[in-house]
Amino acid sequence: MNAVVTTEVTETRWVEVCAVADIPELGARRVARPAGLPVALFRTAGEQVHALLDRCPHKGGPLSQGIVGAEHVFCPLHNWAIALADGQARAPDVGCTPAFRCRVQAGRVLLDADELATHALDLPAPTAGPCRHG
Amino acid sequence: MLQALRPPQPRQRLVLVGNGMAGVRTLEELLKIAPELYDITVFGAEPHPNYNRILLSPVLAGEQTLDEIVLNPLAWYAEHGITLHTGKAITRIDRVKRVVEAADGTTAPYDRLLLATGSLPFILPIPGKDLPGVIGYRDIADTQAMIDAAAQYRHAVVIGGGLLGLEAANGLAKRGMQVTVVHLMPWLMERQLDETAGRLLQQSLAQRGIRFEMGVQTEALIPDAAGRVMAVRFKDGREIPADLVVMAAGIRPHTALAASAGLLCERGVVVTDTLQTVTDPRIYAVGECAAHRGIAYGLVAPLFEQAKVCATHLAQFGIGRYTGSAVSTKLKVTGIDLFSAGHFMGGEGTEQIVLSDPVGGVYKKLVLKDDKLVGAVLYGDTVDGSWYFKLLRQGRPVADIRDKLMFGESSLGDTGHAGVNKAAALADSDEVCGCNGVTKGAICKAIKAQGLFTLDDVRKHTKASASCGSCTGLVEQLLMTVAGGDYSAAPKTKAMCGCTDHGHQAVRDAIQANHWLTIDQVYRGMDWRTPNGCASCRPAINYYLLSTWPKEAKDDPQSRFINERSHANIQKDGTYSVIPRMWGGETTASELRRIADVVDKYRIPTVKVTGGQRIDMLGVKKEDLPAVWKDLAMPSGHAYAKALRTVKTCVGSEWCRFGTQDSTQMGKDLERALWRMYAPHKVKLAVSGCPRNCAESGIKDVGVIGVDSGWELYVGGNGGIKTEVAQFLCKVKTPDEVLEYSGAFLQLYRLEGWYLERTCHYIARVGLDHVKKKILDDADGRRALWEQLQFALDGEPDPWFEFEKAQVDLRQFAPIQPAITVEQGA
Repeated sequence: MNAVVTTEVTETRWVEVCAVADIPELGARRVARPAGLPVALFRTAGEQVHALLDRCPHKGGPLSQGIVGAEHVFCPLHNWAIALADGQARAPDVGCTPAFRCRVQAGRVLLDADELATHALDLPAPTAGPCRHG
Repeated sequence: MLQALRPPQPRQRLVLVGNGMAGVRTLEELLKIAPELYDITVFGAEPHPNYNRILLSPVLAGEQTLDEIVLNPLAWYAEHGITLHTGKAITRIDRVKRVVEAADGTTAPYDRLLLATGSLPFILPIPGKDLPGVIGYRDIADTQAMIDAAAQYRHAVVIGGGLLGLEAANGLAKRGMQVTVVHLMPWLMERQLDETAGRLLQQSLAQRGIRFEMGVQTEALIPDAAGRVMAVRFKDGREIPADLVVMAAGIRPHTALAASAGLLCERGVVVTDTLQTVTDPRIYAVGECAAHRGIAYGLVAPLFEQAKVCATHLAQFGIGRYTGSAVSTKLKVTGIDLFSAGHFMGGEGTEQIVLSDPVGGVYKKLVLKDDKLVGAVLYGDTVDGSWYFKLLRQGRPVADIRDKLMFGESSLGDTGHAGVNKAAALADSDEVCGCNGVTKGAICKAIKAQGLFTLDDVRKHTKASASCGSCTGLVEQLLMTVAGGDYSAAPKTKAMCGCTDHGHQAVRDAIQANHWLTIDQVYRGMDWRTPNGCASCRPAINYYLLSTWPKEAKDDPQSRFINERSHANIQKDGTYSVIPRMWGGETTASELRRIADVVDKYRIPTVKVTGGQRIDMLGVKKEDLPAVWKDLAMPSGHAYAKALRTVKTCVGSEWCRFGTQDSTQMGKDLERALWRMYAPHKVKLAVSGCPRNCAESGIKDVGVIGVDSGWELYVGGNGGIKTEVAQFLCKVKTPDEVLEYSGAFLQLYRLEGWYLERTCHYIARVGLDHVKKKILDDADGRRALWEQLQFALDGEPDPWFEFEKAQVDLRQFAPIQPAITVEQGA
């Protein structure tokens, strides 16, 4: 993919990741990062796109695999509803997944290059394997 | 410019008369959906904020304090900008000027008025009823008066052996008084219990030192020299000492205020399905003071349901109708478990099933009429109360489960809590919900701290009973002890999810009737509350569309759960498991070699043999899925889908010295005929070659057992949360008949089952007789169903290979790799 990095007055370096049309309507795509967990892009019924870390605050489920509603994505592991706009879990569940800045320009989806490189690098991926209790 | 100068539109004014549970609950529901719509003013006759009236009995018994039962502290009113007038009873409503006036002269104008004045104790019209020491039992003041009296006096008489009277008697006895209950009828709680249960109850209360005067009428209350009550005189002339008399002979809706304002009152303030008074559409009434279709409800669950509907109308959404509630009673006298519902007395045309163990303290009576459960009384063991109540509301025929009925749902092989049926017997650290690891202590704490009222509340906050649901009865018992009851309203139809009030059947019917082909048509046609639904309703509707209109409705992959979108089974770490199909559980050296090669090539960490006679590869990266499928070159096992899973077989007559039929071939034929069949839930089959039943046909959705003269078909078995033994459907002669009958049954289930309803639950809902009528009695209908299924499955793609036809979005497998140039030091 040809990525265009532009510099603006705000000094945000926006990096183009895909076209809006590359994300299914009411669906999601994953964006790999040089380090850290992927970012999940969600497309609502219109042209709106939201970006969250691909990790449910509950047990780390990949949100990009969930069912996308108008305002929430439903985590595929235990059905927590996570707000697309800010990553907050819907009450009474408590938790928040990091959100990423995201904008749509002329049908293209742009993310903040610095955030992609540096934001939420410390959150671990969920693991499987032999069961450990307690 | 003129517009800019105009002052902001003043908010509408809502006045609530009656600061109790029904009224304040309505405000809470309203604030949830329209927090800014009204300036709210509340008048309460009592000097307290809203408290849980049901818990006055534990307060009286010294088990809880007044502070603990407050539901909405004063700060709650302040926080929501509500003007609260406590200790001010409204005495007048001026409907023309739209103003209410309190006894002290305080007035408040309203645009909308909500009446929730509750009820008053019925005071027997006998001489001495106004003496000091004679009280009703309704509020904190009454409770306090009883607590004070218990500290000073010795003899208490409670008139009325109903729930309220017995709770009062129990509390007063606990506080050291000598209590006598006077009851006009021959046994206690005659409106909720039959004679046997009433007598058992009397016995155990008598053991606690309470005395009873049964079938006795009170004539007068006698004062002492100081003018305080000192004795009760009966019609037969006897007198018993009484320093305190509690009148608990019933309640009456408090309608005096409404009546004086000219509002139509019959048994209560008459309201419509929108909870508006029939006389004045600006005035609403909820709770015990309201009469809806002739009924004034006295239990909290219906009141909460009314509150919800009323709030939507106050919020001007104009949706929601209250159509009445079915009610059951769980009774709360500490240490005594009682449940009753429906027509528990029986009578003309009814039959009874009774279990009576007086020494063990258990009594259960089920009343049936026309093959349906119409009433139940449980004493001593109430864990199945909610199950009976469900059967009663559904009105489903019970002939097929009649022999098991008495032993309850929990006797049908409940797993996960080792058959415990009494929450009281558990320690705080004991696990109630085995699925989510929730202890009794955690549930009780959440109920108290979060102010939870309903089963749904508890499920949302603690997850207890939210997964498999087999501990529901225990959670309800905990709600009973901690919150004073489970206030879950029991609407006649259960809503599909939070996005709608419609139930599954209504949605299915509408899709059929309107020939709807898209989810959007359903959402618009049925006034969905959310534009794009949720993870519960979207997959369900997608399935209903596809099963109702095969080859017409178009599948929407984004409305499918991830497993059916990526055609593999998501694991806790976000990887997937892959299970290829092995027809009838048979495999070959070449398939096993390919599997081994795939495991090596893609470094798959775990390989496991499944219960369905296949091989599961666990821990496959999503990126690798298409390549894994290609290398395996085996059909999709649909082990991830609400669809036909496996057909388990034994080796049958081909090899087995006991085999009577070729079960392996039968299994392979069934699997080839039915694979790619989506259904309301997963579907598992088994074929055994003889009655030794090595393929475990008895716990499958369709189980086939070969016998010398043909094949026996069983349906509705389940080895899951509740082990359900499959029920005998019929016996057939030929393999073709096995296909036709099994296929027709599954097609019936596909058309009539609700999403996520296994065949056992589907049959439990519609009754096996219904299934037999459609499959056995109606040969043309059966063949038509079998043909419909073949039509629907014809040309269905294998999603592991025919990506386009199966609408598999290949973009999902690989992540986007943006070319990020990280500028060092930028």
